[in-house]
Amino acid sequence: MDIKTEHTEGITVLFIREDRLDANNSEELKVELHRLFDTGTKDLILDLKEILFIDSSGLGVLVSGYKNASTVHGSLKLSNLQSQVRSMFELTRLHRVFDIFTTVDDALQSYN
Amino acid sequence: MNKLSMTGKCMKNDIDIDITIPSHTRYLRMIGTIGEKVAQEIDCPEAIRETLPSQLAVVLTEGLVNAIKHAKSAAPDEEIHVRINVSNKNLVVRIYDNGIGFDLDAIPAPCFTSSGLEEKGRGIFILKSLMDTVKYTRANGGNVLVMEKKLA
Repeated sequence: MDIKTEHTEGITVLFIREDRLDANNSEELKVELHRLFDTGTKDLILDLKEILFIDSSGLGVLVSGYKNASTVHGSLKLSNLQSQVRSMFELTRLHRVFDIFTTVDDALQSYN
Repeated sequence: MNKLSMTGKCMKNDIDIDITIPSHTRYLRMIGTIGEKVAQEIDCPEAIRETLPSQLAVVLTEGLVNAIKHAKSAAPDEEIHVRINVSNKNLVVRIYDNGIGFDLDAIPAPCFTSSGLEEKGRGIFILKSLMDTVKYTRANGGNVLVMEKKLA
């Protein structure tokens, strides 16, 4: 999985550079999120701008990351949900669980 | 050995497509794309037509993953048979697997609150939400997931 990582004032931002997050590739993201929260990361933003398609496995990995963040009293926030992704969040009510922002900058500002 | 074959005939809302696909998640993109393209050709009310391509992509993806993972196919080179049938009345997707199967009705709806959040358990809920009927029964020595959506 192609992931670009940036660090801004203690916040880790992961840009997922894939057009899909599904049962074929989501396990890699699950492992990476677990590794990050297990090695000191507290606050993390996942930018999903390039994800055009997500399935239940992809949603499950985001939930897994959300739980990883909760365990270390940190946070996992999301930005740039495309229309299919947003529809899947709404269908599964996960838009009520996650903090979702229009842009990475909006997500970063929420930590101020 | 992996084998991929597809036959089909397409007329106005008289679509019958058979796909035989290896039991592997690497084919999810392909099956989703086929679903999108088929849905774009369906003549149906505007309200359905707008969302049908992405919905059919999701339904085929979730159904295939279900057949691959949850039906516990015995052999890694197992094949999965997908049939998409469209008439003026409805869209029917059938996904056949040779696994041991599971009880569709025994799978609970996912918990929607953050305190009871689970990683798994949304696939069947998504299928039931997007389609009008979802059934999983024994067929031809294996199982078939039959999902129907009314188009009129």
